[in-house]
Amino acid sequence: MNPAFNTPRRFGLWPGLIVALLLAVLIVGTLTAVGSASRPFSVAVTLFDPYFLQVVQFTVWQATLSTLISVILAIPVARAYARRPAFIGRGILITLMGLPVVMPVIVAVFGIVAVYGRSGLLNTVLKPAGLTLPLEIYGLTGILLAHTFFNLPLAVRLILPAWDQVTAENWRTASTLGMSSGQLFRFVEWPAISAFLPGVVVIVFLLCFTSFAVVLTLGGGPSATTIEVAIYQALRFEFDPGQAAILALTQLVLCVCSALLLIRWLRVLTPTPGRRNDPAIRPDTAARSGKLLDFSAILVCSVFVFAPIAALVLSGLRGPLVSVILDIGLWQAAARSLGIAVTATSLAGVMAFGLATTARFLTLERRKHQAKELMLLIGSMTLAFPPMVIGTGLFLIALRIDLVGSITLLMIATVNAVMVLPYLLRSISPGLISSGQQYQKLCAQLGLRGWQRFRRVDWPMIRRPAAFALALGGALSFGDMGVAALFDTTGHITLPVMLYHRMSAYRFDEAAVTALVLALMCVALFWLVDRGLSR
Amino acid sequence: MTCFRLLAALGAGLLTMIGLPTSAATPTLTVYTYASFVSDWGPGPLIEPAFEAHCGCDLKFVGVEDGAALLGRLKLEGSRSSADVILGLDTSLVTEAQQTGLLEPHDLNLGAIDFALSWSDPVFIPYDFGYFGFVYDSEKLANPPTSLRALVNQPQGPRIIIQDPRTSTPGLGLLLWVRKIFGDNDMSAWAALSPRIVTVTKGWSEAYGLFLEGEAPMVLSYTTSPAYHRHVEQTDQYRVAMFEEGHYQQVEVAARLAHSAQPELAKDFLRFLLSDEVQAILPTSNWMLPAVHTEQALPEAFRDDELPRTSLSFEPSEVSTERRHWIKRWLTTLAR
Repeated sequence: MNPAFNTPRRFGLWPGLIVALLLAVLIVGTLTAVGSASRPFSVAVTLFDPYFLQVVQFTVWQATLSTLISVILAIPVARAYARRPAFIGRGILITLMGLPVVMPVIVAVFGIVAVYGRSGLLNTVLKPAGLTLPLEIYGLTGILLAHTFFNLPLAVRLILPAWDQVTAENWRTASTLGMSSGQLFRFVEWPAISAFLPGVVVIVFLLCFTSFAVVLTLGGGPSATTIEVAIYQALRFEFDPGQAAILALTQLVLCVCSALLLIRWLRVLTPTPGRRNDPAIRPDTAARSGKLLDFSAILVCSVFVFAPIAALVLSGLRGPLVSVILDIGLWQAAARSLGIAVTATSLAGVMAFGLATTARFLTLERRKHQAKELMLLIGSMTLAFPPMVIGTGLFLIALRIDLVGSITLLMIATVNAVMVLPYLLRSISPGLISSGQQYQKLCAQLGLRGWQRFRRVDWPMIRRPAAFALALGGALSFGDMGVAALFDTTGHITLPVMLYHRMSAYRFDEAAVTALVLALMCVALFWLVDRGLSR
Repeated sequence: MTCFRLLAALGAGLLTMIGLPTSAATPTLTVYTYASFVSDWGPGPLIEPAFEAHCGCDLKFVGVEDGAALLGRLKLEGSRSSADVILGLDTSLVTEAQQTGLLEPHDLNLGAIDFALSWSDPVFIPYDFGYFGFVYDSEKLANPPTSLRALVNQPQGPRIIIQDPRTSTPGLGLLLWVRKIFGDNDMSAWAALSPRIVTVTKGWSEAYGLFLEGEAPMVLSYTTSPAYHRHVEQTDQYRVAMFEEGHYQQVEVAARLAHSAQPELAKDFLRFLLSDEVQAILPTSNWMLPAVHTEQALPEAFRDDELPRTSLSFEPSEVSTERRHWIKRWLTTLAR
């Protein structure tokens, strides 16, 4: 037998299995470390407490609503961007779309409040006109608003590569058949989108499910509480690690079940293999009504996303700009954050590629779609596991082996890597699988494998989504505050921690400048990685 | 090419990850505290050189998120902890801290010290204190309520932003304050107040930030908050509503650890906290009141009429036993 034909078989299962095993070890290990650090606890009391049941209900309810709103609205916006591939400012708009999700939550919340709050921009504009805002931001409305602000642009960016998967042949056939715009969507675009949708839905759902500071700040009171809040309370305030471990496990189980349900419900269609081409050849770009629709979708989405960001920029510019920027500490903190971001993203990239390769192997070689989905689900589930629990667990383990002081930043990077893994995985797996569908046989015939195959065949197919995901992951871990705050960062604080310190010391004006710098750096990082890799 | 650049960046990133342990020729005193104490804007950077100048040692601060996290860290580490001193627990946490069995009596003769608050404890030393209070924006609120009862009982009263007692110290402080004033009727007080609570935030920063954005005319903070605005921003816009019933007191304390290898240094440090030098640093860096009467008067920004006439507090042991129960009742009342 030609040895080349053996390649996928030999290469097939183990990368994903190793990564899955590592993730399992990390989750089980940290869970055990945290659980065993506690006094005896009563599981039943926690889980069947009426208030806790209310919390679970609310968590699922707000996460479902937030996901539906974000993803459903994202489809027309992404379609508009896909249909108009060449207008001025498109690139910048798309790059900036990655910003909301990577901003520290507290900063984003201040931005949202500056626009939609009681004394926000909208109310200030409406008041002289004798109108007051019909919506009360504090409560479910505020939570949904904030979650849409974070996740709508994210979903747009995650869905957008779907249009790259539509083949030129399909557009041509559709054109010959004289399909209307609606028919194009249904028969040509939807199959491509549906390959991306489960991933997007799972990510957005998990993000909203585990949302914490947004829910507490904009929720208006304890009736709006997520399980994550209960975990924080158990771990940090009550100091009951056992209970925290139980709650984390409950959250994980609930998330896995919900995600499985969501995926089952979303019918995944496999896009037809064929040569990909420029979407400019699609037949429905000339119609005036379509143009109007697309540009209003883009405009509305941009205003919604960029108004809070503009508010943050303005309040940053009003602050003591020079003194904050000239502070050497700021740049040291930024360098540290960058180190964490690069390490975390590289780690996550390797893990995501391992899982995606095995997922491809399972679909193409073994025809096991369920197993493939499971593989992808494992890689996404880390979003459902509280970083606080992973962090505390790692800390306990490091404590036992006397390494706490020396590996703090490495621990922060590990937790971040696990947190950004889902984005990377969900972004690259559709492209990688579709590359396999097209070129598997060709590669086998040519004896292309390993690095050569990755470089020549797979990478061009996943380059754009991978660039976006790497950029997102980098910026996310750059702007991460939650995990870094867990560890002792005295003497080596990260940029987001610095921002928080300023706020704790009443320096809200300096914090606004720091937030501006942080946002700019996130954008720069994003732009560099995204552009650098996708061209 | 891109790949090589990426690899190079990865290598550089990894190198920055691994901190090198420093060797110490002089003895090191390790003090665990909360993060804002050692941030660039806190008292830590001022206290460190001052203490090192006279102890001939290396003072190392380790900052953890907040007071609650500090206690959690101590419990996590147990006897493995490298801490010699723990600084920054507050009154609601001291009982639980003592129950860990990790702390040692301070063994200091404090008879000569003129404390500004009544305090006697063999283990904990108070270094500063403050009172919770509602800070208001005088440009938006001309007539703030003059008592907690008035705040609760005026259906048309000002809207407020508060913190969650599950996740923040001021939030817990308000819960205790209301309990102190209303006793067993505290939950009806909460029910009456609840329509005017704009939101309940995770921590002080979120609440105060929203207040400064103008989301509510009043916020739960400290009676010393206006002093910050006067001292640093030279504005009298933000004031504290002084309540007739008195204000709930928060005392911040320090203690030394039983297994410390530097017991004498630890004692020196605790005593140093009460020195005029440190006590003069605290008001304008930690924005709390000094625990000791010093020669030096408080900075002008701290006004006498912002000092509560009545100080309210529960016994730490009572807080420790009842806290969970009280929080639960609060949850069920407000979650309705």
